Amino acid sequence: MSRARWTPYLLIAPTVLLMAVFLAYPIGSVVYYSLQHYNATRSWANGFAGLDNFRQMLLHDPLFWQSLGFSVRWVVVEVGLQLLLGLVLALIVNETFIGRGLARALVFSPWAVSGVLTTGIWILLYNPSTGIFQQLASWGIGSPGASVLGDPATVFPATVVAELWRGVPFFAILLLADLQGIPRELYEAAEVDGATRWQRFRLVTLPHLRDAIVLSTLLRGVWEFNNVDLLYTLTGGGPADQTTTLPLYVARKAVDSHDFGYGSALTTAGFVVLLFVSVLYLRLSKFDRR
Amino acid sequence: MHDKGRLARLFLPLGAYLVVTLVPFYWMLVFAFRPTGSTALVPWPITLDHFRTVWTDLGFAVFFRNSLIVALGTLVVVSVFAVMGGYALARFAFRGRRAFLLALLCSQFVPGAMVLIPLFLVFKATHLLNSLQGLVIADSAFQLPLALILMSGFVRNVPVDLEEAAMVDGCGRLRAFLAVVLPQLRPGLVAVGSFAFIGSWNNFLFALMFSGRQDRFTLPVGLSYTLGEFNVDFGALAAGGVVAAVPVVAVFAVIQRFLVQGLTAGAVKG
Repeated sequence: MSRARWTPYLLIAPTVLLMAVFLAYPIGSVVYYSLQHYNATRSWANGFAGLDNFRQMLLHDPLFWQSLGFSVRWVVVEVGLQLLLGLVLALIVNETFIGRGLARALVFSPWAVSGVLTTGIWILLYNPSTGIFQQLASWGIGSPGASVLGDPATVFPATVVAELWRGVPFFAILLLADLQGIPRELYEAAEVDGATRWQRFRLVTLPHLRDAIVLSTLLRGVWEFNNVDLLYTLTGGGPADQTTTLPLYVARKAVDSHDFGYGSALTTAGFVVLLFVSVLYLRLSKFDRR
Repeated sequence: MHDKGRLARLFLPLGAYLVVTLVPFYWMLVFAFRPTGSTALVPWPITLDHFRTVWTDLGFAVFFRNSLIVALGTLVVVSVFAVMGGYALARFAFRGRRAFLLALLCSQFVPGAMVLIPLFLVFKATHLLNSLQGLVIADSAFQLPLALILMSGFVRNVPVDLEEAAMVDGCGRLRAFLAVVLPQLRPGLVAVGSFAFIGSWNNFLFALMFSGRQDRFTLPVGLSYTLGEFNVDFGALAAGGVVAAVPVVAVFAVIQRFLVQGLTAGAVKG
């Protein structure tokens, strides 16, 4: 480690400056607003609120708890499946075979088209009149006219699949990059020692991927928790608030009812939940000791 | 026997996954190229009407140019800052390092949707509203934390011995960095740079909020603004989607080959 005292600070200075103005300050503002009555449509009632917003949220707002619950369910299902499928995929395209480059490019391609575009594609695919299910029904598979996004029974799997489509490649890319860093000698040595394929995976691959897995699941979990664009455009949180996540609820409060104070309180609550879970996760995985 | 194992282990799951991955793309292409009203699965004869509508009538040519400028600008800013900061994190023990790392991680918890209001006021005060530069700065600020975390990982994977050897040979830290470390970081730079480019290309919220003028719209905003029409005109939605998707997918395909090369070449032998 170096003795030069000022070098690291000089190196991180531009990042710190950007983050201070465009991240730290806005966050501070949100916390400040959460303690205010701040509704753009009822300016006469605005002013210091103390913990009113939080009291309302925790005690008298079933939609807060429902949306928080759905957010948690969404994150657990999405991140779990994305990690599992991403790992399998990374292991597959890490092998040597003809057409591997092309297979990689194709497999990873949905990751490139996220956000509004993903939604557009899945709107086309799910639309009841000319979508994929209508097509399948015309071949005698399933029933015609099914609206998977409008039916409470199918809306969850339908949105999960759409998000998996663009989320799995993210894991696959990160894990593949890390897989490539494993020295070949380790596998050769393990093979010489008579390790089976499964043992090589468990004793060489997994320990090496540990940090990448911990970090990517954490980041992805946070992203999935805060993800707005897909659900907002695909279902709008419906049917009957079934797919309303906490950030969607926040967006509705802020954009539709201009209740910035209450919206800020919801945001603060989400932030606290994420922070708590993340610290717990880092502790449990012993990542913070490194 | 060996080949049978590979078939079950590699090619069957890969093939199944490829089908699931590609069907949505294909569906979009079908809608984009077939005439309105047709339900053919293979669009023939192909029509370019939807693209004409989208490119000229709906102004996607301008949105395309704006998206390109913003995404390239973000790529440059993020790459330079991430290498600087990532190197600092990986190679120096300095006061406040943990706090900085924690700040980077915490920044990932911020829902972009809610900091929009304070951010909007910051942009107004700094006269960055309705400017492509403003979008570059905002995108960079949000992309940087992750880029820095990733980049510090890539730097840590470059053996310190290499640098120390160069410094023993009389190089200064900067020269040792430029001559020894930077070339090793090439795959990392490709990864971080492509993350930044694609992240910025697809960023919807900031572009929507910070550009109120149509000549400053990026592609996602253009797509969403005509969403009302898309409810009836699936052809235009699909064509707009293709216009927005083709560049990133193409860039990604190229980058992806380089990424693989770089990663395999990056395996260091002393």
